[in-house]
Amino acid sequence: MPTSPGPHRRAWARATAVLTALGVAMPLAACATDAGGPPVINLYYAPEQNLPEVVATCNEAAQGRYRINYQVLPRDADEQRVQMVRRLAAEDNDMDVLGLDVTWTQEFASAEWVREWTGEYQTAAEQDTLPAAVESARYEDRLYAAPKNTNVQLLWYRTDLVDEPPATWDELIEAAQELRDQGQPYEIITMGAQYEGLVVLFNTLTASAGGEIVDEEGTEAVVDEGAVQALELLQRFATAGVTSPAFSNAMEDEARLAFQTGDAAFQLNWPFVYPALQEDAPELAADVGWAPYPAVDPDQPARVTAGGYNLAVSAYSRYPAEAFEAALCLRNPENQLFSAVNDGVPPTIESVYDEPELAEAYPMRDVILDELLDASNRPLTPAYQNVSTVIATTLSPPSEIEPAATAQRLREQIQDALDSRGVLP
Amino acid sequence: MTAPSSQPGAEAVRVQTGGARRRRPARSEGAAAERRLGWLLCAPAAVVMVAVTGYPILYSVWLSLQRYDLRFPDDREFVGLANYGTVLSNEFWWNAFFVTMLITVVSVAIEFVLGFGLALVMHRTLVGRGLVRTSALIPYGIVTVVAAFSWRYAWTPGTGYLANLFTPEQAPLTDRASALAIIILAEVWKTTPFMALLLMAGLALVPEDLLKAAAVDGAGAWQRFVSVMLPVMKPAILVALLFRTLDAFRIFDNIFILTGGANDTSSVSMLTYTNLIQGLNLGIGSTLSVLIFITVAIIAFLFVKLFGAAAPGSTQEGAR
Repeated sequence: MPTSPGPHRRAWARATAVLTALGVAMPLAACATDAGGPPVINLYYAPEQNLPEVVATCNEAAQGRYRINYQVLPRDADEQRVQMVRRLAAEDNDMDVLGLDVTWTQEFASAEWVREWTGEYQTAAEQDTLPAAVESARYEDRLYAAPKNTNVQLLWYRTDLVDEPPATWDELIEAAQELRDQGQPYEIITMGAQYEGLVVLFNTLTASAGGEIVDEEGTEAVVDEGAVQALELLQRFATAGVTSPAFSNAMEDEARLAFQTGDAAFQLNWPFVYPALQEDAPELAADVGWAPYPAVDPDQPARVTAGGYNLAVSAYSRYPAEAFEAALCLRNPENQLFSAVNDGVPPTIESVYDEPELAEAYPMRDVILDELLDASNRPLTPAYQNVSTVIATTLSPPSEIEPAATAQRLREQIQDALDSRGVLP
Repeated sequence: MTAPSSQPGAEAVRVQTGGARRRRPARSEGAAAERRLGWLLCAPAAVVMVAVTGYPILYSVWLSLQRYDLRFPDDREFVGLANYGTVLSNEFWWNAFFVTMLITVVSVAIEFVLGFGLALVMHRTLVGRGLVRTSALIPYGIVTVVAAFSWRYAWTPGTGYLANLFTPEQAPLTDRASALAIIILAEVWKTTPFMALLLMAGLALVPEDLLKAAAVDGAGAWQRFVSVMLPVMKPAILVALLFRTLDAFRIFDNIFILTGGANDTSSVSMLTYTNLIQGLNLGIGSTLSVLIFITVAIIAFLFVKLFGAAAPGSTQEGAR
């Protein structure tokens, strides 16, 4: 550069030097902790309030063979992923067990950052586990993670305004329009911002219409008739005058808050809204019921997108055997029950749903299990992050979707994303 | 650039000895020694700078010539300029480029006018000068991300006072035009004080006598401003505009918080972040950052050409 950003450059140089020095010093500091004693298994996992108790239980059960150390990742999913990826790309051997969002397992497996689960570890991880959850942990017919918890969205509705919860999207939109004409609270709240939430909505609608976005191998973009039907529905929903003005900017928590103001009649959201509602708006909570996610096709129940977290073992871990054991302990039936009751994350092990303790914390557990047994996954491919970014961008704002043209655009851009060609928006 | 300290010494030698003949060797002796010392003194800094800025730049140029996606480690290969072809024929890149240019030009233009006004006010204020200057600087003192969050909430329907006041029925951050306007507003609000500060330093350069002399010669206020103040302030104006333009071109934090790049409001820096950090595509991501680097260099070059001799530290002829 020919001219004067001199001071800028110098400040930069200084800052970079300091950062480099820190970068050199910090791993050394981290190593200092495991001098002597049993191997320390570093668990990198999203913030979960009562996970330390689960960790303590497992440490006790390990009887000194290893000690799990819970390293809390950032709250935001993208930041969790970026932090782990950055360290794995540098072959950091201080990470052992990784908490992966269900959509990341294929990516981490393809990059050879996580170990395959085989033999008795595999058997233990798959036993009695919900099929959609196991599927999310597979890549090229091999298992790369153990599902820790799962999640699905439900339809939450105001029992004081609606007698019978709508079973399909058509009924849902109609019911909202009727309420609006009567001057009642009528809005349908859900997540429509340009981010993962919108992709989940589109994936659920596509799967419910019997469609496919990406083929089973995860290499070809499909976007078939079902997907086009989903696009039509999404566009109609966004323009039917039944959403909140903030629909195309709303994420999970904003949706929850909007529902709590009392202006809405319906909400499509994860189960976390239930305990939140009891706490923040107890009066409203008394009038809120739940129902299965509305279907697209009246003869076919909705196939709701599964969320949740899987546990994987880092390829660079120095104690793989202990790490597999630790991961299995963290997701065993007792601990899944504990986490479900205390942290609101639905279990992946089917038999846990029969526990009486769960019934108390989850009055809606039957609906959740029903949806989970036939849940759909988002496209299972190493390039999912790119696919997701492309879908979210192309569908945003939902009110401007032109079904046939948008589908064509999706097909081209998803294919580019799968081939890691092209630029991400 | 000659070390300024060598000049008076050489001057003194010439005056003492009087002859042009003896001036030359005397000057080179002293100057050469100082020059050597100068090089020695700045060598460590120069080496560090090359190591920490030169190496990453070269490395990203090298990466930009490869197909290199962290998720497909086996597919890594040298592809020449193919990545540049991909990026330069991509609509997302040109869209981000257009958005960045728009934000840069509009926000710097507004900042310049507002900043000049603010600088004049601050320069002329007689009462409460310290208070006026301090309060004008507050926006610049607030961390961009924090300020961006408050803008975001202010423009979110329901919770935001600005949204409730101006656009009660819409969510302005979800519409491209209004989102861009809000991003520009946030930029202008934050960096006008910086512009004002630099311009105020320039105003201090304008000698009162010169203005008085011009007034005596019959120049009106506008004439004094255009023919006396502006030319004297040219170096300060160049620095202010150049710094702000380069800063604005690299805009990231405001957009990251306000829209996250949704609805075609990504800047080139946002685009690079998405491809490099989230997309894990080192090849394309590096290509994007090299292109940003080139653009920044071109902008800086144009500025110096445009303002010519006014660049600080340059000689009369504009050489450096």
